Amino acid sequence: MLKLKNIDVFYGKIHAIKHVSLHVDEGSIVALIGANGAGKSTLLRTISGLHRSEQGSVIFSESDITRKAPEEIVRLGISHVPERGHVFKPMTVEDNLLLGAYHRSARSGRSAVRDEMEHVYTIFPVLGQRRRQLAGTLSGGEQQMLAIGRALMAKPRMLLLDEPSMGLAPLIVREILGMIAQLRKTLGLTVLLVEQNARSALRIADSGYVLETGRVLVQGTAEDLLANRDVQRAYLGRDAE
Amino acid sequence: MTVFLQFLFSGLTVGSVYALIGMGFNIIYNATSIINLAQGEFVVIGGLLMWFFLESCNVPFFAAIGLSILSAGLIGLIMERLTIRPLRTNDLLVMTMVTIAVSIVMRGLLMFKFGKEPYSYAAFTEGDPLVIGGAVIQLQTFWVLGITAACILGLYAFFNLTMVGKAMRACSFDPTAASLVGIPVSRMIMFSFILSAVVGAVGGAAITPISLMEYDKGPMLAVKGFCAAIMGGLGRGRGAIVGGLTIGILESMTAGYLHSGLKDAVALVILLAILFFRPAGMFGNTTMQRLKGH
Repeated sequence: MLKLKNIDVFYGKIHAIKHVSLHVDEGSIVALIGANGAGKSTLLRTISGLHRSEQGSVIFSESDITRKAPEEIVRLGISHVPERGHVFKPMTVEDNLLLGAYHRSARSGRSAVRDEMEHVYTIFPVLGQRRRQLAGTLSGGEQQMLAIGRALMAKPRMLLLDEPSMGLAPLIVREILGMIAQLRKTLGLTVLLVEQNARSALRIADSGYVLETGRVLVQGTAEDLLANRDVQRAYLGRDAE
Repeated sequence: MTVFLQFLFSGLTVGSVYALIGMGFNIIYNATSIINLAQGEFVVIGGLLMWFFLESCNVPFFAAIGLSILSAGLIGLIMERLTIRPLRTNDLLVMTMVTIAVSIVMRGLLMFKFGKEPYSYAAFTEGDPLVIGGAVIQLQTFWVLGITAACILGLYAFFNLTMVGKAMRACSFDPTAASLVGIPVSRMIMFSFILSAVVGAVGGAAITPISLMEYDKGPMLAVKGFCAAIMGGLGRGRGAIVGGLTIGILESMTAGYLHSGLKDAVALVILLAILFFRPAGMFGNTTMQRLKGH
Protein backbone atom coordinates (compact mmCIF):
# COMPACT_ATOMS: atom_id res chain seq x y z
CA MET A 1 0.00 0.00 0.00
CA LEU A 2 2.84 2.38 0.89
CA LYS A 3 6.29 2.07 -0.62
CA LEU A 4 9.32 4.20 0.06
CA LYS A 5 12.16 3.82 -2.39
CA ASN A 6 15.65 5.08 -1.53
CA ILE A 7 14.53 8.14 0.35
CA ASP A 8 17.12 10.79 1.25
CA VAL A 9 16.15 13.69 3.46
CA PHE A 10 18.25 16.60 4.68
CA TYR A 11 17.61 18.91 7.61
CA GLY A 12 19.71 21.82 6.48
CA LYS A 13 23.10 20.13 6.13
CA ILE A 14 22.26 17.14 8.27
CA HIS A 15 21.64 13.99 6.28
CA ALA A 16 18.69 12.81 8.37
CA ILE A 17 17.45 9.91 6.23
CA LYS A 18 19.87 7.87 4.14
CA HIS A 19 18.57 5.68 1.31
CA VAL A 20 15.66 4.34 3.28
CA SER A 21 13.33 1.90 1.55
CA LEU A 22 10.32 0.50 3.29
CA HIS A 23 6.97 -0.95 2.52
CA VAL A 24 3.72 -1.29 4.36
CA ASP A 25 1.15 -3.84 3.22
CA GLU A 26 -2.52 -2.98 3.16
CA GLY A 27 -4.21 -3.71 6.47
CA SER A 28 -0.99 -4.26 8.40
CA ILE A 29 0.60 -2.52 11.35
CA VAL A 30 4.25 -1.73 10.78
CA ALA A 31 6.38 -0.46 13.65
CA LEU A 32 9.25 1.91 13.09
CA ILE A 33 11.55 1.73 16.08
CA GLY A 34 14.83 3.31 16.99
CA ALA A 35 16.49 5.70 19.38
CA ASN A 36 15.93 9.41 19.66
CA GLY A 37 17.22 11.18 16.58
CA ALA A 38 17.26 8.06 14.41
CA GLY A 39 15.04 9.81 11.87
CA LYS A 40 11.72 8.15 12.63
CA SER A 41 9.70 11.35 12.87
CA THR A 42 11.46 12.82 9.86
CA LEU A 43 10.45 9.79 7.84
CA LEU A 44 6.79 10.23 8.80
CA ARG A 45 6.99 13.96 8.03
CA THR A 46 8.39 13.10 4.62
CA ILE A 47 5.54 10.72 3.87
CA SER A 48 2.88 13.23 4.89
CA GLY A 49 4.50 16.00 2.86
CA LEU A 50 5.72 18.25 5.68
CA HIS A 51 9.26 17.55 4.47
CA ARG A 52 10.61 17.13 0.97
CA SER A 53 12.96 14.28 0.16
CA GLU A 54 15.99 15.12 -1.94
CA GLN A 55 15.90 11.80 -3.70
CA GLY A 56 13.79 8.71 -3.95
CA SER A 57 10.06 8.31 -4.17
CA VAL A 58 7.04 7.73 -1.99
CA ILE A 59 4.34 5.63 -3.63
CA PHE A 60 0.91 5.33 -2.05
CA SER A 61 -1.48 2.84 -3.63
CA GLU A 62 0.13 3.08 -7.06
CA SER A 63 0.40 6.89 -7.15
CA ASP A 64 3.52 8.93 -6.62
CA ILE A 65 3.06 11.34 -3.70
CA THR A 66 6.70 12.36 -3.31
CA ARG A 67 6.23 16.03 -4.18
CA LYS A 68 2.67 16.52 -3.02
CA ALA A 69 1.63 19.07 -0.37
CA PRO A 70 0.35 17.80 3.02
CA GLU A 71 -3.22 18.87 2.30
CA GLU A 72 -3.24 16.82 -0.92
CA ILE A 73 -1.81 13.78 0.81
CA VAL A 74 -4.56 13.84 3.46
CA ARG A 75 -7.06 13.90 0.64
CA LEU A 76 -5.51 10.77 -0.85
CA GLY A 77 -6.08 8.89 2.40
CA ILE A 78 -3.03 9.22 4.65
CA SER A 79 -3.59 10.86 8.02
CA HIS A 80 -0.59 11.80 10.11
CA VAL A 81 -0.95 12.08 13.89
CA PRO A 82 2.12 14.11 14.86
CA GLU A 83 4.19 13.71 17.98
CA ARG A 84 2.35 14.94 21.11
CA GLY A 85 -0.86 15.09 19.09
CA HIS A 86 -0.81 18.78 18.19
CA VAL A 87 -4.48 19.27 18.94
CA PHE A 88 -5.89 22.79 18.50
CA LYS A 89 -5.71 23.63 22.19
CA PRO A 90 -7.87 26.76 22.40
CA MET A 91 -10.70 25.08 20.48
CA THR A 92 -13.31 22.66 21.73
CA VAL A 93 -13.00 18.90 21.32
CA GLU A 94 -15.91 19.04 18.88
CA ASP A 95 -14.30 21.74 16.71
CA ASN A 96 -11.05 19.77 16.67
CA LEU A 97 -12.89 16.76 15.29
CA LEU A 98 -14.84 18.89 12.84
CA LEU A 99 -11.61 20.32 11.44
CA GLY A 100 -10.33 16.79 11.03
CA ALA A 101 -12.98 16.42 8.32
CA TYR A 102 -11.96 19.73 6.69
CA HIS A 103 -10.92 18.30 3.36
CA ARG A 104 -14.12 16.38 2.83
CA SER A 105 -16.63 18.67 4.57
CA ALA A 106 -17.57 20.39 1.32
CA ARG A 107 -18.15 17.14 -0.54
CA SER A 108 -19.62 14.71 1.96
CA GLY A 109 -21.97 17.15 3.68
CA ARG A 110 -22.83 17.95 7.25
CA SER A 111 -24.69 14.80 8.22
CA ALA A 112 -21.91 12.47 7.05
CA VAL A 113 -19.44 14.46 9.14
CA ARG A 114 -21.81 14.31 12.13
CA ASP A 115 -22.12 10.54 11.76
CA GLU A 116 -18.38 10.20 11.64
CA MET A 117 -18.08 12.33 14.75
CA GLU A 118 -20.52 10.09 16.63
CA HIS A 119 -18.45 7.13 15.45
CA VAL A 120 -15.31 8.68 16.93
CA TYR A 121 -17.22 9.27 20.18
CA THR A 122 -18.10 5.59 20.33
CA ILE A 123 -14.46 4.65 19.83
CA PHE A 124 -13.28 7.19 22.43
CA PRO A 125 -16.24 7.71 24.81
CA VAL A 126 -14.22 10.10 26.96
CA LEU A 127 -14.11 12.56 24.04
CA GLY A 128 -17.89 12.44 23.84
CA GLN A 129 -18.15 13.38 27.50
CA ARG A 130 -15.84 16.31 26.94
CA ARG A 131 -17.04 17.53 23.58
CA ARG A 132 -17.57 21.13 24.74
CA GLN A 133 -14.31 21.33 26.68
CA LEU A 134 -11.26 23.13 25.26
CA ALA A 135 -8.79 20.60 23.91
CA GLY A 136 -5.91 22.15 25.85
CA THR A 137 -7.62 21.31 29.13
CA LEU A 138 -7.65 17.56 28.41
CA SER A 139 -5.10 15.22 29.95
CA GLY A 140 -2.18 14.03 27.83
CA GLY A 141 -3.83 10.70 27.08
CA GLU A 142 -7.10 12.35 26.14
CA GLN A 143 -5.29 14.78 23.86
CA GLN A 144 -3.62 11.83 22.16
CA MET A 145 -7.03 10.18 21.70
CA LEU A 146 -8.39 13.44 20.31
CA ALA A 147 -5.49 13.64 17.87
CA ILE A 148 -6.21 10.11 16.67
CA GLY A 149 -9.93 10.85 16.54
CA ARG A 150 -9.26 13.99 14.51
CA ALA A 151 -7.16 11.97 12.09
CA LEU A 152 -9.96 9.39 11.76
CA MET A 153 -12.40 12.18 10.84
CA ALA A 154 -10.56 12.44 7.52
CA LYS A 155 -11.62 8.84 6.80
CA PRO A 156 -8.06 7.76 6.06
CA ARG A 157 -7.01 4.43 4.65
CA MET A 158 -3.68 4.73 6.39
CA LEU A 159 -2.60 6.24 9.71
CA LEU A 160 0.87 7.52 10.49
CA LEU A 161 1.27 7.60 14.25
CA ASP A 162 4.21 9.41 15.78
CA GLU A 163 4.97 8.22 19.31
CA PRO A 164 1.42 7.97 20.59
CA SER A 165 2.81 6.81 23.93
CA MET A 166 5.03 9.81 24.54
CA GLY A 167 4.77 11.12 28.07
CA LEU A 168 1.86 8.88 28.98
CA ALA A 169 1.44 6.51 31.91
CA PRO A 170 1.98 2.82 31.06
CA LEU A 171 -1.67 1.95 31.59
CA ILE A 172 -2.81 4.63 29.13
CA VAL A 173 -0.13 3.58 26.65
CA ARG A 174 -1.53 0.05 26.73
CA GLU A 175 -5.06 1.39 26.24
CA ILE A 176 -4.08 3.53 23.26
CA LEU A 177 -2.05 0.81 21.57
CA GLY A 178 -4.93 -1.59 22.15
CA MET A 179 -7.23 0.85 20.41
CA ILE A 180 -4.89 1.09 17.45
CA ALA A 181 -4.92 -2.70 17.08
CA GLN A 182 -8.71 -2.56 17.35
CA LEU A 183 -8.99 0.14 14.66
CA ARG A 184 -6.99 -1.96 12.25
CA LYS A 185 -9.37 -4.83 12.84
CA THR A 186 -12.65 -2.92 12.62
CA LEU A 187 -11.84 -0.28 10.00
CA GLY A 188 -9.24 -2.20 8.04
CA LEU A 189 -6.78 0.63 8.62
CA THR A 190 -3.15 0.36 7.63
CA VAL A 191 -0.86 1.75 10.31
CA LEU A 192 2.73 2.95 10.33
CA LEU A 193 3.63 3.33 13.98
CA VAL A 194 6.70 5.17 15.23
CA GLU A 195 7.67 4.24 18.76
CA GLN A 196 10.53 4.48 21.18
CA ASN A 197 8.63 2.08 23.33
CA ALA A 198 9.72 -0.75 21.05
CA ARG A 199 8.34 -3.71 22.94
CA SER A 200 4.80 -2.36 23.16
CA ALA A 201 4.89 -1.36 19.52
CA LEU A 202 6.13 -4.73 18.29
CA ARG A 203 3.45 -6.52 20.32
CA ILE A 204 0.69 -5.05 18.16
CA ALA A 205 2.68 -4.85 14.92
CA ASP A 206 2.97 -7.40 12.12
CA SER A 207 6.41 -6.31 11.09
CA GLY A 208 8.95 -3.68 11.93
CA TYR A 209 11.94 -1.68 10.88
CA VAL A 210 14.76 -0.61 13.16
CA LEU A 211 16.17 2.76 12.23
CA GLU A 212 19.57 3.96 13.37
CA THR A 213 21.07 7.34 12.42
CA GLY A 214 18.90 7.59 9.34
CA ARG A 215 19.45 4.05 8.03
CA VAL A 216 17.43 0.87 8.23
CA LEU A 217 19.44 -1.40 10.49
CA VAL A 218 17.20 -4.47 10.67
CA GLN A 219 13.81 -5.33 9.31
CA GLY A 220 11.56 -8.29 9.76
CA THR A 221 8.40 -9.66 11.24
CA ALA A 222 7.48 -8.48 14.70
CA GLU A 223 8.27 -11.92 16.20
CA ASP A 224 11.68 -12.02 14.57
CA LEU A 225 12.54 -8.57 15.83
CA LEU A 226 11.35 -9.38 19.34
CA ALA A 227 13.56 -12.46 19.26
CA ASN A 228 16.54 -10.77 17.62
CA ARG A 229 19.40 -10.51 20.12
CA ASP A 230 20.79 -7.25 18.76
CA VAL A 231 17.39 -5.64 18.82
CA GLN A 232 16.78 -6.96 22.31
CA ARG A 233 20.05 -5.56 23.58
CA ALA A 234 19.71 -2.16 21.96
CA TYR A 235 15.99 -1.44 22.03
CA LEU A 236 14.15 -3.80 24.28
CA GLY A 237 16.30 -3.15 27.32
CA ARG A 238 17.10 -6.77 27.90
CA ASP A 239 20.60 -8.17 28.14
CA ALA A 240 21.09 -11.29 26.11
CA GLU A 241 22.63 -13.72 28.51
CA MET B 1 -24.71 67.26 29.77
CA THR B 2 -25.51 68.22 26.19
CA VAL B 3 -21.86 68.82 25.47
CA PHE B 4 -20.94 65.56 27.14
CA LEU B 5 -23.40 63.64 24.98
CA GLN B 6 -22.07 65.37 21.90
CA PHE B 7 -18.52 64.31 22.76
CA LEU B 8 -19.68 60.83 23.63
CA PHE B 9 -21.32 60.27 20.26
CA SER B 10 -18.42 61.65 18.29
CA GLY B 11 -16.13 59.47 20.40
CA LEU B 12 -18.20 56.37 19.70
CA THR B 13 -18.08 57.13 15.98
CA VAL B 14 -14.31 57.41 15.61
CA GLY B 15 -13.99 54.69 18.23
CA SER B 16 -15.87 52.22 16.07
CA VAL B 17 -13.48 52.87 13.22
CA TYR B 18 -10.55 52.26 15.58
CA ALA B 19 -12.28 49.05 16.62
CA LEU B 20 -12.55 47.96 12.98
CA ILE B 21 -8.87 48.71 12.42
CA GLY B 22 -8.02 46.84 15.61
CA MET B 23 -9.98 43.84 14.37
CA GLY B 24 -8.13 44.08 11.07
CA PHE B 25 -4.86 43.83 13.01
CA ASN B 26 -6.20 40.85 14.91
CA ILE B 27 -7.32 38.95 11.83
CA ILE B 28 -3.86 39.04 10.25
CA TYR B 29 -2.08 38.62 13.58
CA ASN B 30 -4.11 35.54 14.38
CA ALA B 31 -3.43 33.91 11.05
CA THR B 32 0.25 34.83 10.74
CA SER B 33 1.52 36.55 13.92
CA ILE B 34 2.43 39.51 11.69
CA ILE B 35 1.56 43.05 12.77
CA ASN B 36 0.35 44.55 9.50
CA LEU B 37 1.29 48.20 9.74
CA ALA B 38 -0.39 48.94 6.42
CA GLN B 39 -3.73 48.46 8.16
CA GLY B 40 -4.42 52.20 8.26
CA GLU B 41 -3.93 52.44 4.50
CA PHE B 42 -6.77 49.96 3.98
CA VAL B 43 -9.07 52.47 5.70
CA VAL B 44 -7.81 55.34 3.55
CA ILE B 45 -8.22 53.19 0.45
CA GLY B 46 -11.81 52.44 1.47
CA GLY B 47 -12.68 56.12 1.80
CA LEU B 48 -10.88 57.31 -1.30
CA LEU B 49 -12.10 54.47 -3.52
CA MET B 50 -15.65 55.11 -2.38
CA TRP B 51 -15.21 58.76 -3.39
CA PHE B 52 -13.69 57.67 -6.69
CA PHE B 53 -16.59 55.38 -7.60
CA LEU B 54 -19.32 57.70 -6.32
CA GLU B 55 -18.14 61.12 -7.42
CA SER B 56 -15.67 60.46 -10.18
CA CYS B 57 -17.32 57.52 -11.95
CA ASN B 58 -20.89 58.37 -10.88
CA VAL B 59 -21.63 54.78 -10.00
CA PRO B 60 -24.83 54.26 -7.94
CA PHE B 61 -24.40 54.01 -4.18
CA PHE B 62 -24.69 50.25 -3.64
CA ALA B 63 -22.54 49.45 -6.65
CA ALA B 64 -19.93 51.90 -5.35
CA ILE B 65 -19.86 50.14 -1.98
CA GLY B 66 -19.58 46.77 -3.67
CA LEU B 67 -16.79 47.95 -5.96
CA SER B 68 -14.88 49.56 -3.09
CA ILE B 69 -15.05 46.38 -1.02
CA LEU B 70 -14.05 44.27 -3.99
CA SER B 71 -11.10 46.49 -4.86
CA ALA B 72 -9.94 46.63 -1.25
CA GLY B 73 -10.07 42.85 -1.02
CA LEU B 74 -8.09 42.63 -4.22
CA ILE B 75 -5.48 45.02 -2.83
CA GLY B 76 -5.20 42.86 0.29
CA LEU B 77 -4.74 39.80 -1.91
CA ILE B 78 -2.09 41.49 -4.06
CA MET B 79 -0.26 42.68 -0.98
CA GLU B 80 -0.06 39.14 0.40
CA ARG B 81 0.91 37.59 -2.94
CA LEU B 82 3.59 40.18 -3.77
CA THR B 83 5.17 40.70 -0.37
CA ILE B 84 4.39 38.15 2.31
CA ARG B 85 4.22 34.98 0.19
CA PRO B 86 7.47 35.39 -1.78
CA LEU B 87 9.42 36.18 1.38
CA ARG B 88 9.13 32.62 2.66
CA THR B 89 10.68 33.61 5.93
CA ASN B 90 9.61 32.96 9.48
CA ASP B 91 11.20 36.14 10.69
CA LEU B 92 8.28 38.17 12.00
CA LEU B 93 10.35 41.31 12.30
CA VAL B 94 11.25 41.16 8.62
CA MET B 95 7.61 40.63 7.63
CA THR B 96 6.42 43.46 9.85
CA MET B 97 9.05 45.74 8.29
CA VAL B 98 7.76 44.74 4.88
CA THR B 99 4.27 45.88 5.85
CA ILE B 100 5.75 49.30 6.70
CA ALA B 101 7.28 49.40 3.24
CA VAL B 102 3.94 48.45 1.72
CA SER B 103 2.22 51.24 3.63
CA ILE B 104 4.75 53.77 2.30
CA VAL B 105 4.26 52.57 -1.26
CA MET B 106 0.49 52.64 -0.88
CA ARG B 107 0.63 56.20 0.46
CA GLY B 108 2.78 57.23 -2.48
CA LEU B 109 0.37 55.72 -4.98
CA LEU B 110 -2.62 57.28 -3.25
CA MET B 111 -0.96 60.69 -3.36
CA PHE B 112 -0.27 60.24 -7.07
CA LYS B 113 -3.86 59.42 -7.80
CA PHE B 114 -5.72 61.67 -5.35
CA GLY B 115 -3.30 64.45 -4.46
CA LYS B 116 -2.98 65.90 -0.99
CA GLU B 117 -6.42 67.41 -0.49
CA PRO B 118 -9.05 65.85 1.76
CA TYR B 119 -12.05 64.13 0.16
CA SER B 120 -15.62 63.69 1.24
CA TYR B 121 -18.97 62.70 -0.18
CA ALA B 122 -22.59 62.92 0.89
CA ALA B 123 -23.80 60.92 3.86
CA PHE B 124 -25.33 57.52 3.02
CA THR B 125 -28.85 58.78 3.75
CA GLU B 126 -30.16 62.31 3.50
CA GLY B 127 -32.07 63.86 6.33
CA ASP B 128 -31.87 66.20 9.27
CA PRO B 129 -29.62 65.28 12.15
CA LEU B 130 -31.24 63.77 15.21
CA VAL B 131 -31.28 65.68 18.46
CA ILE B 132 -30.84 63.47 21.51
CA GLY B 133 -30.70 65.21 24.88
CA GLY B 134 -29.65 68.38 23.14
CA ALA B 135 -26.77 66.74 21.28
CA VAL B 136 -26.91 66.93 17.51
CA ILE B 137 -26.18 63.62 15.86
CA GLN B 138 -25.71 63.24 12.13
CA LEU B 139 -27.44 60.32 10.49
CA GLN B 140 -24.09 59.07 9.17
CA THR B 141 -23.09 58.41 12.77
CA PHE B 142 -25.73 55.71 12.91
CA TRP B 143 -24.43 54.27 9.68
CA VAL B 144 -20.93 54.05 11.14
CA LEU B 145 -22.18 52.42 14.34
CA GLY B 146 -24.48 50.07 12.45
CA ILE B 147 -21.83 49.01 9.97
CA THR B 148 -19.35 48.41 12.75
CA ALA B 149 -21.86 46.28 14.62
CA ALA B 150 -22.61 44.35 11.44
CA CYS B 151 -18.89 43.74 10.84
CA ILE B 152 -18.42 42.57 14.41
CA LEU B 153 -21.33 40.13 14.22
CA GLY B 154 -20.30 38.98 10.76
CA LEU B 155 -16.72 38.29 11.82
CA TYR B 156 -17.86 36.56 14.99
CA ALA B 157 -20.15 34.29 13.02
CA PHE B 158 -17.48 33.67 10.41
CA PHE B 159 -14.77 32.65 12.88
CA ASN B 160 -16.99 30.61 15.18
CA LEU B 161 -19.65 29.07 13.02
CA THR B 162 -18.21 28.46 9.56
CA MET B 163 -15.76 25.76 8.62
CA VAL B 164 -13.44 28.18 6.81
CA GLY B 165 -13.45 30.55 9.79
CA LYS B 166 -12.61 27.74 12.19
CA ALA B 167 -9.91 26.55 9.82
CA MET B 168 -8.38 30.04 9.83
CA ARG B 169 -8.27 30.00 13.61
CA ALA B 170 -6.77 26.52 13.57
CA CYS B 171 -3.95 27.81 11.33
CA SER B 172 -3.13 30.44 13.90
CA PHE B 173 -3.01 27.93 16.75
CA ASP B 174 -1.00 25.24 15.01
CA PRO B 175 -0.10 25.58 11.34
CA THR B 176 1.52 22.14 11.18
CA ALA B 177 -1.52 20.35 12.53
CA ALA B 178 -3.73 22.48 10.30
CA SER B 179 -1.97 21.37 7.15
CA LEU B 180 -2.05 17.75 8.36
CA VAL B 181 -5.85 17.81 8.54
CA GLY B 182 -5.95 19.19 5.00
CA ILE B 183 -6.30 22.93 5.59
CA PRO B 184 -4.39 24.87 2.90
CA VAL B 185 -2.51 27.15 5.29
CA SER B 186 -1.13 29.56 2.70
CA ARG B 187 -4.58 30.14 1.26
CA MET B 188 -5.88 30.90 4.75
CA ILE B 189 -3.14 33.51 5.19
CA MET B 190 -4.23 35.06 1.91
CA PHE B 191 -7.85 35.11 3.10
CA SER B 192 -6.79 36.86 6.27
CA PHE B 193 -5.25 39.72 4.26
CA ILE B 194 -8.35 40.00 2.09
CA LEU B 195 -10.67 39.99 5.08
CA SER B 196 -8.60 42.48 6.97
CA ALA B 197 -8.42 44.85 3.99
CA VAL B 198 -12.19 44.63 3.54
CA VAL B 199 -12.93 45.35 7.19
CA GLY B 200 -10.61 48.37 7.13
CA ALA B 201 -12.03 49.67 3.87
CA VAL B 202 -15.62 49.37 5.09
CA GLY B 203 -14.70 51.50 8.09
CA GLY B 204 -13.03 54.06 5.83
CA ALA B 205 -15.98 54.26 3.48
CA ALA B 206 -18.37 54.81 6.39
CA ILE B 207 -16.36 57.46 8.25
CA THR B 208 -15.30 59.63 5.28
CA PRO B 209 -18.55 61.68 5.08
CA ILE B 210 -18.03 62.65 8.74
CA SER B 211 -14.32 63.13 9.14
CA LEU B 212 -12.98 63.48 5.55
CA MET B 213 -10.22 61.31 4.13
CA GLU B 214 -6.81 62.15 2.76
CA TYR B 215 -3.92 60.08 1.47
CA ASP B 216 -1.74 60.28 4.58
CA LYS B 217 -4.27 59.52 7.30
CA GLY B 218 -3.19 55.85 7.42
CA PRO B 219 -0.34 55.85 9.93
CA MET B 220 -2.25 57.73 12.62
CA LEU B 221 -5.27 55.47 12.12
CA ALA B 222 -3.01 52.43 12.30
CA VAL B 223 -1.51 53.65 15.59
CA LYS B 224 -4.95 54.14 17.11
CA GLY B 225 -6.23 50.82 15.83
CA PHE B 226 -3.09 49.08 17.05
CA CYS B 227 -3.61 50.67 20.43
CA ALA B 228 -7.19 49.38 20.43
CA ALA B 229 -5.97 45.88 19.61
CA ILE B 230 -3.24 45.98 22.27
CA MET B 231 -5.62 47.35 24.86
CA GLY B 232 -7.98 44.44 24.36
CA GLY B 233 -5.13 41.93 24.17
CA LEU B 234 -3.67 41.32 20.73
CA GLY B 235 -5.62 38.72 18.79
CA ARG B 236 -8.79 38.96 20.87
CA GLY B 237 -11.76 40.11 18.79
CA ARG B 238 -13.94 41.44 21.57
CA GLY B 239 -10.97 43.19 23.13
CA ALA B 240 -10.39 45.35 20.06
CA ILE B 241 -14.00 46.55 20.16
CA VAL B 242 -13.83 47.67 23.77
CA GLY B 243 -10.35 49.09 23.19
CA GLY B 244 -11.39 51.04 20.10
CA LEU B 245 -14.49 52.55 21.68
CA THR B 246 -12.60 53.46 24.86
CA ILE B 247 -9.87 55.22 22.92
CA GLY B 248 -12.40 57.00 20.72
CA ILE B 249 -14.37 58.31 23.69
CA LEU B 250 -11.31 59.33 25.71
CA GLU B 251 -9.91 61.08 22.67
CA SER B 252 -13.07 63.00 22.02
CA MET B 253 -13.42 63.98 25.70
CA THR B 254 -9.80 65.13 25.82
CA ALA B 255 -10.23 67.18 22.67
CA GLY B 256 -13.45 68.69 23.98
CA TYR B 257 -12.68 69.37 27.63
CA LEU B 258 -8.90 69.83 27.59
CA HIS B 259 -7.37 70.79 24.29
CA SER B 260 -7.83 69.50 20.76
CA GLY B 261 -4.05 69.39 20.31
CA LEU B 262 -3.84 66.62 22.91
CA LYS B 263 -6.23 64.39 20.98
CA ASP B 264 -3.64 62.23 19.26
CA ALA B 265 -1.56 61.90 22.40
CA VAL B 266 -4.33 60.01 24.19
CA ALA B 267 -3.93 56.79 22.24
CA LEU B 268 -0.15 56.87 22.60
CA VAL B 269 -0.31 57.44 26.35
CA ILE B 270 -2.75 54.55 26.68
CA LEU B 271 -0.53 52.38 24.49
CA LEU B 272 2.52 53.07 26.67
CA ALA B 273 0.60 52.58 29.89
CA ILE B 274 -0.71 49.22 28.71
CA LEU B 275 2.65 48.02 27.50
CA PHE B 276 4.15 48.99 30.87
CA PHE B 277 1.50 47.65 33.19
CA ARG B 278 -0.68 45.12 31.39
CA PRO B 279 1.13 43.79 28.33
CA ALA B 280 -1.45 41.02 27.88
CA GLY B 281 -4.18 43.67 27.50
CA MET B 282 -6.87 44.85 29.88
CA PHE B 283 -8.68 41.56 29.56
CA GLY B 284 -5.55 39.44 29.25
CA ASN B 285 -6.63 35.95 30.06
CA THR B 286 -3.71 33.86 31.14
CA THR B 287 -5.42 30.51 30.60
CA MET B 288 -6.15 31.32 26.98
CA GLN B 289 -2.66 32.73 26.51
CA ARG B 290 -1.17 29.52 27.86
CA LEU B 291 -3.30 27.32 25.62
CA LYS B 292 -2.28 29.34 22.58
CA GLY B 293 1.39 29.14 23.50
CA HIS B 294 1.27 25.35 23.18
